[in-house]
Amino acid sequence: MDTRLNEEDLAFQKEVRQFLTESWDDEVRARCSNPATMKEGAEEWQDRLYKKGWMAPHWPVEHGGTDWSVTQKFIYNSERATFGAPEAVPFGVTMVASVIIDYGSDEQKAKFLPRILQSDDWWCQGYSEPGAGSDLASLKTRADLDGNEYVINGSKIWTTYAQYADWIFCLVRTDSSGRKQEGITFLLIDMKTPGITVRPIDTIDGFHHLNEVFFDNVRVPVENRIGEEGKGWTYAKSLLVQERLSIAEVADSKRALTELRELARGEVNGGKTLLEDPLFAKRLTDVEIELMAVEFTELRALASIAEGDEPGPESSLLKLQGTEIQQAIQELRMDVAGYYSGTLQGDLGADQLGHDFADSAQKNFFRGRAASIYGGSNEVQKNITAKYVLGL
Amino acid sequence: MNFNLSEEQNLIRDSIARFVSENYGFDQRNTVVAMDHGFSTEHWQQFAELGWLSIPFAEAHGGFGGGPVDTMLIMQEFGRGLVAEPYLPTVLLFGGLLQTAADAALQEKYIPKIISGELQGAFAYLERQSRYEMTDIATTARQEGSNWVLNGEKTVVLNGGAAQKLIVAARTSGEQFDRAGITLFLVDAGSNGFKSTTYRMTDGQEAANLTLSDVTAEAVIGTTGDGHALMAPIIAAACTAVCANALGAMEALNALTLEYCKTREQFGVAIGSFQALQHRMVDMFGACENVKSLMYRAVCTAQEGDDDAQRSMLALKVMTGRAGRLIGGEAIQLHGGMGMTDELSVGFFVKRLMIINTLFGDADYHQQLFAKLVNVSSSEQGEQSSEAA
Ligand SMILES: Cc1cc2nc3c(=O)[nH]c(=O)nc-3n(C[C@H](O)[C@H](O)[C@H](O)COP(=O)(O)OP(=O)(O)OC[C@H]3O[C@@H](n4cnc5c(N)ncnc54)[C@H](O)[C@@H]3O)c2cc1C
Repeated sequence: MDTRLNEEDLAFQKEVRQFLTESWDDEVRARCSNPATMKEGAEEWQDRLYKKGWMAPHWPVEHGGTDWSVTQKFIYNSERATFGAPEAVPFGVTMVASVIIDYGSDEQKAKFLPRILQSDDWWCQGYSEPGAGSDLASLKTRADLDGNEYVINGSKIWTTYAQYADWIFCLVRTDSSGRKQEGITFLLIDMKTPGITVRPIDTIDGFHHLNEVFFDNVRVPVENRIGEEGKGWTYAKSLLVQERLSIAEVADSKRALTELRELARGEVNGGKTLLEDPLFAKRLTDVEIELMAVEFTELRALASIAEGDEPGPESSLLKLQGTEIQQAIQELRMDVAGYYSGTLQGDLGADQLGHDFADSAQKNFFRGRAASIYGGSNEVQKNITAKYVLGL
Repeated sequence: MNFNLSEEQNLIRDSIARFVSENYGFDQRNTVVAMDHGFSTEHWQQFAELGWLSIPFAEAHGGFGGGPVDTMLIMQEFGRGLVAEPYLPTVLLFGGLLQTAADAALQEKYIPKIISGELQGAFAYLERQSRYEMTDIATTARQEGSNWVLNGEKTVVLNGGAAQKLIVAARTSGEQFDRAGITLFLVDAGSNGFKSTTYRMTDGQEAANLTLSDVTAEAVIGTTGDGHALMAPIIAAACTAVCANALGAMEALNALTLEYCKTREQFGVAIGSFQALQHRMVDMFGACENVKSLMYRAVCTAQEGDDDAQRSMLALKVMTGRAGRLIGGEAIQLHGGMGMTDELSVGFFVKRLMIINTLFGDADYHQQLFAKLVNVSSSEQGEQSSEAA
């Protein structure tokens, strides 16, 4: 057992820090954090990653990935989070790309991967439906083969960033005769195809990210199918494990906790800072202790993946604990903002409102409620852990 | 001993419940909060006509002479519908201070106008730096001849945009955090040097930051320097009132969540059939019952002038904050993706509960007041209980 970084790792860490210092500048930071310019901001940031060769560290080198060791990936991610830089938007580079790499045809790889790497295409994930959330396999959106095209009818819901997307990867039903997990097919669909409409969904954080996507006789060429017809569930599941690991966001929580502590130090009640408040101090350190544990759970998972183990059901526990910690930090941040946490800044400047982080605290808090819902709800993760880890 | 309502109280409750069910559907509420200042002046007039604005005031001023139980009923029913009209700032805070602290002439002049629905008021005491500490007042008042001139800033003043008259707490002597030396002033919103910057709260209500630059006060409320002692009981009563509002919101939110769990199907069954969710709904129900019990305890002890009133109010405020978090968080979670949308009222209930936790001090803050009150030896007791106010 040894968690020290070797010399090579330390040199790598230095390189990462230097890159972030130079490339994660105020301009791109400002664009990424403003919802109105978030898309361009993300594209600009991802372009900088691409130029450095770091857009897709987890891809095989032949497609433009890196040959980083698990430790290096960990270092990169920690440093990224410490600098407050976002991960690349996951729908393309993390989600659909991993399915294309594992199960796609050579033509599909050649067509889609370079465009994902260069952020030319925005992707969205068309899994959930109004009737198929936790019970994803009960999805009903139909794809009927007509010549060498599928004709799609139905709708998807909760589709994050569909309003920006050039492509959507979808689970559709091609057969309803057998078990519901069979007869599901994985399709890549061009969002410009006639018959697709996107409806925005208003959310409690006041930020437009969710949508409904309707398919009305949408024609999709058969060559946009991943792998075999009816095997979509297997492909989809492999992606869910990836998704869960990335949702834990342990490194980002560490940064958020450090920030939180500084904010609490600056907040004074009756002459004492919030850090001197015993109840607040207890709640803050409770979260910190849990985070310290989860950080090492993640390291253990990464180490076992490095030794060739598949990330399996353990990813559920990480997702579960990681998101609970995120939410606890968001809640504490609301508490630090005090009675300001109920205010909406709207068009006012922070100085007019009288507070500079209440508005973001409130939005992040409400947005953060979703982390225990998406990627398989936390209840579903507990069911999976009970069944596949504990054998219950 | 009984926890029954009087016939009159039942009538009040039923009439408010009817109003809420007829006027506060989801779309109706959205229309109301989109109006100027975030509420309907038509509703306000209706409140006046139905006599609701008169309930806490003395009969001598045309009031109904109601007590804490009556206020609880009103606020609880309002909470079920997330009623947006400014009953708390105008009637309970502004009106409450006039009723308990102002001289007879001011009472006669303004209380009837509140009751008739003509006058909107607000109470401005918080400041940027104050957080929950109500003695942390930097706004100053200096005497010029027979006038008092105010300078400073007040923040997150509920109804501060619509209020025609406000009661403003300012320092007339003493140091930051001193209880003595705070004075309450009546200020007209049209005064020279008075500026209000409005914004919305997450639940749609309006609040304002005020800047006072050489504003001449209309009158002093109560005795100079005595402001803290005057506002403390009004804030204590307001704490109980907002907890009643939270209780109504929790009951409504629990009912919505329960209904959703009975009707939403996944895996071929209602999600409410999963024991994992059943236990959580039982916890939500239990939290709400705890709030209700402390609520009754707080209003009964307050009404009876019992020694336990202060302790009960503090316990209630702590429990309400914590239960609100639990119930709010679970309600969103059990609604899944639907809980994240503004297409259901779930999110608005959660936001109201979050705001109520912060009003007059959050659960942690009140728990520390509670500890101060109860963790003293009997010899210190007399001194300490007056301080915890
Ligand atoms: C912000 C956000 C972004 C999203 N982005 C996307 C996206 O880009 N693409 C996409 O396809 N989907 C997306 N989703 C959808 C997400 O995956 C679903 O919301 C999720 O799977 C839950 O489904 P549901 O909303 O239908 O809730 P339901 O499945 O109806 O669940 C309701 C409640 O019941 C519980 N429950 C359900 N089954 C069980 C069980 N067996 N045992 C115990 N409890 C159970 C759940 O945990 C939850 O608390 C997003 C969701 C959100 C909130």
